[in-house]
Amino acid sequence: MSNKKNKKLSAAQQEYQKFAKDREPKRPLLTNCLHAFIAGGLICTLGQFFQWFYMTYFNFTEITAGSPTQATLIIISALLTSLGVYDHLAQWAGAGTIVPVTGFANTITSAAIEHRSEGYVLGVGGNMFKVAGPVITFGVFSAFVVAIIKIIIQKLGGI
Amino acid sequence: MLQGHQSWVFDKHPVIISTGVAGGPFEAAGALADDFDILHDDTWLGQESFEKAEKKLLEEACEKAIDKAGMKKEDVHFFLSGDLMNQIISSSFAARTLGIPYLGLFGACSTSMAGLAVASFIINAGGASHVLAAASSHNSSVNKQYRYPTEYGAQNPPTAQWTVTGAGAALVAAAGEGPRVTGATIGRIVDLGISDPFNMGAAMAPAAVDTIEAHFRDFNVDASHYDLIATGDLGRVGHNIAGDLLIKHGVDIPEDKFTDCGLLIYKDNQPVIAGGSGCACSATVTYGHLLNRMRRGEIKRILVVATGALLSPLSYQQKESIPGIAHAVVMEREGD
Repeated sequence: MSNKKNKKLSAAQQEYQKFAKDREPKRPLLTNCLHAFIAGGLICTLGQFFQWFYMTYFNFTEITAGSPTQATLIIISALLTSLGVYDHLAQWAGAGTIVPVTGFANTITSAAIEHRSEGYVLGVGGNMFKVAGPVITFGVFSAFVVAIIKIIIQKLGGI
Repeated sequence: MLQGHQSWVFDKHPVIISTGVAGGPFEAAGALADDFDILHDDTWLGQESFEKAEKKLLEEACEKAIDKAGMKKEDVHFFLSGDLMNQIISSSFAARTLGIPYLGLFGACSTSMAGLAVASFIINAGGASHVLAAASSHNSSVNKQYRYPTEYGAQNPPTAQWTVTGAGAALVAAAGEGPRVTGATIGRIVDLGISDPFNMGAAMAPAAVDTIEAHFRDFNVDASHYDLIATGDLGRVGHNIAGDLLIKHGVDIPEDKFTDCGLLIYKDNQPVIAGGSGCACSATVTYGHLLNRMRRGEIKRILVVATGALLSPLSYQQKESIPGIAHAVVMEREGD
């Protein structure tokens, strides 16, 4: 916990924070990293396999094979989410299943399933991007900022 | 009748003449499955939404309690209930079905004992002859409102707890056979600055300790007065913290007497991380398991301290810390 946050707390609260922290199990960082490495690596290997598959058996190039590869991973992730398997995998894999495109598909699918009971428009439509929304918003915004910087550098005669 | 600063003593000994306890599939696979009256293998209970499933669980628990007492809904004077949903919809909608005059309560997971304390007070004061006190929660409806979608793949930290899917109801009467409610201590809010909603045990532990100390002070008793002191849903993390806090405050409760409903309800091999939580945690364990043990004579006098974390999804996003609360109720075996 940062010191800035601690300043707002009273002495008794600060004392308890320390008291509680000493008794809380820590996140197993090393194990989590190892699990994420294995799970994330396996998903990427699977992606690599699909890329090879689309290039070998269909007329895709290394660049154009990206789209069907991603689509396949997304469909698998959406299927595993709707079958109720993905969240159990994710408890073990952590960042390994969140960071790849499968994690993104999971956030959207899970929110869509969750809010089905409130109807298609207000429920599914309105909540589908509840978890994924920030990623899209800030992703698009960062891309915009980076593009502006690139244009400025190019106009100034760089690159 | 006021006892000390924040407690009531019920000199007319209101009786819990019957209880109704319902649970979901995860509870059916748990350690206390035998103590449930109704168990479902479908987390949806055949309903269209998790919210409706929770309402159904609550209705079933209430109807079971009334049925076991051999009574009709019309014979019950008041219905006190609460849950974790916004505007406590599960309770209000169940009250619509039951048609019993109703007071909604919100005390988060402490609602079970808040309801039992108020019900006993009404009975003791002669305000009614039969009052039904209940509480419910559903794992998926709670996750949907407070955390992430059920199927979302976020990794829970080791301090996270599993919300119990279930409902518990107790029918309190002025006369009859069954465990007696002899006292209650109403807790105050204790907030020691924990703001992580995945660490409710640590947020609520100081409130449980505060209420236990207040109870001992008001009634001028100590732990030896009870066969068992059970907190509501502190889980493994909160239970350890509460135990150490009590020692720090010079309150001695032997380890074999001090337990937590969130630790009792599930088996060790179930993936509940730090233990159970939710309104239904203390409600189902107390009205099922603990009162069954009392009926069998294994325990004679217990203190149940239901703990609640009074946060909302909005409050923690606005970086507010989590206010904790705990209410304690004394239950005693008849005739002892």
